[in-house]
Amino acid sequence: MVNDVVRQIIRFLLLVLGQGLILKNVEPGFLINPFLYILFILQLPFETPPWMVMLIAFFTGICIDVFYSSAGVHMAACTFIAWLRPNILRFMAPREGYEFGSQPTMQDMGRAWFITYATIIIVIHHFIIFYLEVFSLHGFFATFLRVIVSSIATLLLVIVTQFLMYRTKEST
Amino acid sequence: MRNLLVFLVKRYFFLLFLFLESISLYFLVQKNFFQHATAVSAANRLTGSLFKVKTDLLEYLDLKEQNKILAEKLALTFDHDSTSWLMYTSRTTPVNDTMYRQRFEYLYALVIDNTVTERNNYIILDRGRLQGVKPDMGVVCASGIVGIVREVSDNYCMVMSVLHKDSHISASVKKDGTFGQLSWDGLNYRVATLTDLPTHSKIALGDTLITSGLGDAFPEGIVVGTVKHFEKKAGDKTYTVDVELSTDFRKLRHVFVVENLMRDELDSLKLKMVK
Repeated sequence: MVNDVVRQIIRFLLLVLGQGLILKNVEPGFLINPFLYILFILQLPFETPPWMVMLIAFFTGICIDVFYSSAGVHMAACTFIAWLRPNILRFMAPREGYEFGSQPTMQDMGRAWFITYATIIIVIHHFIIFYLEVFSLHGFFATFLRVIVSSIATLLLVIVTQFLMYRTKEST
Repeated sequence: MRNLLVFLVKRYFFLLFLFLESISLYFLVQKNFFQHATAVSAANRLTGSLFKVKTDLLEYLDLKEQNKILAEKLALTFDHDSTSWLMYTSRTTPVNDTMYRQRFEYLYALVIDNTVTERNNYIILDRGRLQGVKPDMGVVCASGIVGIVREVSDNYCMVMSVLHKDSHISASVKKDGTFGQLSWDGLNYRVATLTDLPTHSKIALGDTLITSGLGDAFPEGIVVGTVKHFEKKAGDKTYTVDVELSTDFRKLRHVFVVENLMRDELDSLKLKMVK
């Protein structure tokens, strides 16, 4: 249990610092702005109480906002995601419910399940972020393009990082 | 009362969500949040020094190119104005003259963090309150305008880049002095948009645009960019101009913070008008 908490803290530091110091400076062009840190909220264990997920997400948002000097944008998006997460998880639950101790990862839940789950959350998250950043519907389609392109980039990064951060069940 | 408590306990999750979400939105609309929240300014100092380490590591990679840009600009300055080289030292140097009063002072600064791909881009410089930087000062570089100082901590300042939705800078056509407002649509970091340019302007493709000197952040005559495309949209009484920015924000390194020495006087004059 304690081990799990430590592991989550390390993941948190890696993802938030990676986002703020590395990904923020990588500029692939084509309006791409990946927000990989969302993986941290995605992968929190199923048993985490929803209120705790929400507080964690809120705090993550603050940290990212400090790096991006965008007061409130990431906070709002993360909180919203944390509110949606339990509903999405309930909606996507397998018939016999989630296995105890399993995590919402590709290794535990399978490729199709994880990609659907991640896509829903990432698109909503990016949608909120980019529209709050502009704070108007002016240039609606330019912003929409941003959302789509960045969501795809984030999804790919999330999938790749998944494989780096979690070993498959056999080897652990 | 009991019912209310039962309701609160039942819907605690939704209420928590509403509570946190409204905090976020409050921060979002409160523009000068970074100045007031001390916790955040402490965190800012932390990220500031993290960014500083990063810049120290990366600085040498494009030293050659930066030196070239600076040397070219310096040569140009020597050519045109025998006194203005005084401004480009790391300390500010006041010029004493009985006929002319110096209006702008340039403070050298180094970019330690910068983005160009966000919708709202910020630049962090390694000069702050202790070096004399104040909010609303303009920032320029050797090749053109950069932005306006928004927040200041002791040793760092945060600059709202021209590439920001709230950046509105008055720019004029060098040829005839007609002016409009420069803003950025968030798509291409090389191209900004000039709106509200009157149609009697004799604008042509390739014309140079400079700062108009209206507003007190920038001196008059600093290069903004060149005209890439212009048109009069149906129903508009003004031109909309695509401007190719002369500043390459991706290569930004050495910049100058511009202090308007007469700002206090101007501000108090404006205050009189309000009263």
